[in-house]
Amino acid sequence: MKQMKMNRKLDSSRTAKTGPVALLIGSRKGAFILRGDKSRRTWKLSAPILLGNIVHHLVLDPRDGRTMLMAVRTGHLGPTIFRSTDIGKNWKEARRPPAFPRAAEGQKGLVVDHVFWLSPGHPSEKGIWYAGSSPPGLFRSDDGGVTWEGVAGFNQHPMRSSWVGEGQQGPPDGATLHSILIDPRDPNHIYLGISAGGFFESLDGGADWKPLNKGCRADFIPTPDPEYGHDPHCVRLHPLMPDRLYHQNHCGLYRMERPEGRWVRIGDNMPKRVGDIGFPLVLHPRDPDTAWVFPMDGTTVWPRVSPDGKPAAYVTRNAGRTWMRQDAGLPKSQAWFTVKRQAMAADTHEPVGIYFGTTSGEIWGSRNEGEKWTCLASHLPEIYSVEVAELSR
Amino acid sequence: MRVFVPTPLRAYTGKRAQVDAEGSTLGEALTDLDRRYPGFRFRIIDEQDGIREHIKIFINQQQVRDLAVALGGDDEIQVVCALSGG
Repeated sequence: MKQMKMNRKLDSSRTAKTGPVALLIGSRKGAFILRGDKSRRTWKLSAPILLGNIVHHLVLDPRDGRTMLMAVRTGHLGPTIFRSTDIGKNWKEARRPPAFPRAAEGQKGLVVDHVFWLSPGHPSEKGIWYAGSSPPGLFRSDDGGVTWEGVAGFNQHPMRSSWVGEGQQGPPDGATLHSILIDPRDPNHIYLGISAGGFFESLDGGADWKPLNKGCRADFIPTPDPEYGHDPHCVRLHPLMPDRLYHQNHCGLYRMERPEGRWVRIGDNMPKRVGDIGFPLVLHPRDPDTAWVFPMDGTTVWPRVSPDGKPAAYVTRNAGRTWMRQDAGLPKSQAWFTVKRQAMAADTHEPVGIYFGTTSGEIWGSRNEGEKWTCLASHLPEIYSVEVAELSR
Repeated sequence: MRVFVPTPLRAYTGKRAQVDAEGSTLGEALTDLDRRYPGFRFRIIDEQDGIREHIKIFINQQQVRDLAVALGGDDEIQVVCALSGG
């Protein structure tokens, strides 16, 4: 009943938007903004922003519609955050970027290699942002991204080092903290994912954390059903049904219904020749039963490209019971790109627009919920992230 | 003392390739640079006071690895971005 009330309350704020859409693109060589018109038929690419910088994530604050944060580093220079308060026209560096605390004399302290993920805070907490880093760290800004502090409840949690497997071999670009999700009913209820490390939950604003991985496979760990150590690639919480979580993991696709804390594999229903391995996962803004994934080849040595070189999104309209292939307009063969975990997003129009970016520098979009795809931009650098910004004009 | 600034850091120094700094150690000089050019230090020195992996610092053409190294007024600091990336 509480959930139904929540749905009705939130539904009014999640009606379909009709204004222009912009795609915020983070790439290995800078950021770009791809602006579409109201019909989403015509797109215009901006000049590169911070050309040559590595941009892992570029996000608009939906609470004011003007502030953007961008997670940046270069091959030489350390990590930082740039911010814009005029929808990307001008950029200024954060005064105090995310950094771990100074270690005690004689001890080795953690060093932020790069900021990987940016999440605006709860709608009621204007100016609050969260950032996830590699190595895995959680940071919070209370002033719209100007200054950042570590969330000690996670970064200094007595189990953190074990959770993130500190000192062990991790993913090629380093373990990352991502999928920072805020429960729309309660700003103190926060989830986060660590790749690799697992999925975690805090009920007290980040002061304490507990693993939430039951039911999720981790077939690279010899222990059956381990408490942590899993490899979530992308986790999404549905804003209209906050007790429902979807999860694209290294070991398949899952869904969880809270308060029960057990992942149920929904990827077994994908075609066997495609499998249920991939990185991104996107939700329909108004239908909690609808989600999109973009499968990658997770066989043999894990090529992490579209199976058989035939890219396709897959959509479920029934919370993972069945999946339908969506490849109209996409290359029919010999397309060997990867779609990274932050590089797929949805707008809130009717019908919903779905967008993804590739490691070969293309942006693809669909104005009809994946039924037909069109290449919106090409020849960009390797794309790390795609986010949607709904503009008022 | 004079500091030679590599191109990736000149966004902080108003495109200047050479700037002045004061301090009796390398650490103090970098703190002074950060006061003059906010953000400069953290891009080359990490939060544990380590020189970042792809940054090299030379004093009078001798590479240094410790921020505690003493400086004189006539010393020249050269910040160099190592060859890396692609």
